[in-house]
Amino acid sequence: MIGNAIGVLFDGVAYGSLLFIIAVGLSVTLGLMNFVNLAHGTFAMIGGYVCVVLMSNAGVPFLATLPVAFVAAALAGLVLERLLYQRLYKASPLDQVLFSIGLVFMSIAIFTYYFGASQQPVSLPSYLRGQVHVAGLDLGIYRLFLIAIVALLTFALQYLLDRTRFGSQVRASVDNATAAAGLGINVNRVFALTFALGSGLAGLGGGLGIDVLGLDPTFPLKYMVYFLLVVAVGGSGTIKGPLVAALILGIFDVSGKYYFPQIGGFVIYALMVVLLIIFPAGLYGRRA
Amino acid sequence: MIKLIGRTLVAGAFAALSFAALAQDTIKVGVIAAFSGPFADYGSQIEAGMKAYMKQHGDTVAGKKVELITRDTKGPAPETAKRFAQELITRDHVQFLAGFGLTPNAMAVAPVVSEAKVPMVISNAATSSITTKSPYITRVSMTIPQIAEPLAQWALKNGIKQVYTVVADYGPGIDAETQFTKTFKEGGGQIVGSVRTPLQNPDFSAATQRVKDAKPQAVFVFLPAGQQGISFMKSFNERGLADAGIKLIATGDITDDHVLEAMGEPTLGMITAFHYSSAHKSPENEAFLKAYAAANDPKVGAPNFMAAAGYDTMHVIYEVAKKLNGNIDGDKAMAAIKGMKWTSPRGPVEIDPETRDIDQTVYIRKVEKVNGKLANVEFDKIPDVKDPGKK
Repeated sequence: MIGNAIGVLFDGVAYGSLLFIIAVGLSVTLGLMNFVNLAHGTFAMIGGYVCVVLMSNAGVPFLATLPVAFVAAALAGLVLERLLYQRLYKASPLDQVLFSIGLVFMSIAIFTYYFGASQQPVSLPSYLRGQVHVAGLDLGIYRLFLIAIVALLTFALQYLLDRTRFGSQVRASVDNATAAAGLGINVNRVFALTFALGSGLAGLGGGLGIDVLGLDPTFPLKYMVYFLLVVAVGGSGTIKGPLVAALILGIFDVSGKYYFPQIGGFVIYALMVVLLIIFPAGLYGRRA
Repeated sequence: MIKLIGRTLVAGAFAALSFAALAQDTIKVGVIAAFSGPFADYGSQIEAGMKAYMKQHGDTVAGKKVELITRDTKGPAPETAKRFAQELITRDHVQFLAGFGLTPNAMAVAPVVSEAKVPMVISNAATSSITTKSPYITRVSMTIPQIAEPLAQWALKNGIKQVYTVVADYGPGIDAETQFTKTFKEGGGQIVGSVRTPLQNPDFSAATQRVKDAKPQAVFVFLPAGQQGISFMKSFNERGLADAGIKLIATGDITDDHVLEAMGEPTLGMITAFHYSSAHKSPENEAFLKAYAAANDPKVGAPNFMAAAGYDTMHVIYEVAKKLNGNIDGDKAMAAIKGMKWTSPRGPVEIDPETRDIDQTVYIRKVEKVNGKLANVEFDKIPDVKDPGKK
């Protein structure tokens, strides 16, 4: 019984890690830059397809495709930011929503045209499959791998935003673009790079997520709720917020489905409502 | 008022229809299905199967040219499907309606074909009751109970007495669970537990862990093809359920031939019941596969049961046209369809004269590697299965 509870907790943390991985990029673009970027999933999808194409057509090993997925999605983000997104920074949230949802539908059509509507095949290398037995528990190797990636990502992002010059430039530009520009910060460049970072993280998440979430052209729409859930509950402007939110949601979702399967699918949404009532700005929200 | 005028116009158009149809030298088939959106594969598979038939048998029958007119419902959209059906009948004067990947769309069109007396051939939608909604509906695909019943019987015959059921929480999932549970219990089996998972469910760790805890002999699964099936299989393997001696049995849509390659090795050894496998060994199936490859862009992908149903849809239409010398009349067409027998790529089939639903062999298959590719290899069969939903 206790063993089961620990097993469920582990699965919950692993699921939470996955939620965090696919949503962390959004906590950069939406959370830091305040841009309601519903097209987050599009960048994740770009990363995913880069992984799949490299693996199945060029025989590149899975782990080596992940950095490429990051770079490809970041580049796509950079181009779109310069061409389109930057024109809407000052626009109302509704305009941003309409613009980015339009982008989602366009990306779905484009990917369907080139890759077809079906699921893309992916198989993980054998050293990431199966389970290891630790102290009487069966732990999925890929789940352990996801948890490790999340620990690394959190640390790296936290360091980047809190301790580096680039991080302070980002925070300054977001808080007051005019003042930041007056101090000699190239606000446009900072925004472009930040957006590219968020998109790159989305691409990385897309690549890491294929094994669990699958990959087809409707990906950006199918998982949009999950990205938004994590960032909304976590609160904008931090990395810690979405991490805690993702872990809480993951643990409650898995244990809800395990102990009360009849209402299992409902738990995650009920929890979101409760958390948002208690913390309207999110768990670690900076702005009320 | 406007609605009333509209109705009158539609009714008038229906009345004029039979004359219009006689005067035509083409046979027009309206194909209503999803060609974009999450169910885009449904439409493209059905159409690809229809094209394969026309490639093989030529595009003229009884001296008339056959023309397909496709309409994209983009997904479950009953109102849209109904409007398309009305437009196709009144404006394009189609003599047949076909396609219908999804139940709600088929249901919505039923009253339209009843009124217009246009034969409607269901190429996929699998809810048992559809054919009872109009005397002008026939089906060449299958129903979910038709697959679930023989699977339960096969499991019992092969010493499986305790089963855990896992189904997606939506209409077809519940149909599958209900029929399987009924047949399995009647045969002396025991359902040790059941769980319904949400339709959008990226993570099956909780469900598979529950199954593992209950230690049944087998788990019966019904999930929509594609991502859900893949996720479940991965979770099933990762958690070592097979090593714990738990067999996985399912209806064949989970190892759909179209997505089987994408699902990959986790599917190896999976036992499913279904009416069609592209690995079926028969000259009819070989001819179908050849015509499919010749008629379609390789991007359409590997053919599955929906493509085979599209092929059979055209067979029914061609046979009716031959019998009626190209002069299609709704009532005569339905009379010709009832009791029609032929050898389909899937094996011998017959349209049941009572229910207008298809009677066919259900095969038990196992996923194996054949020439380096994954395939559903048939190893047992239950012949002449009628839809138990109408018994």
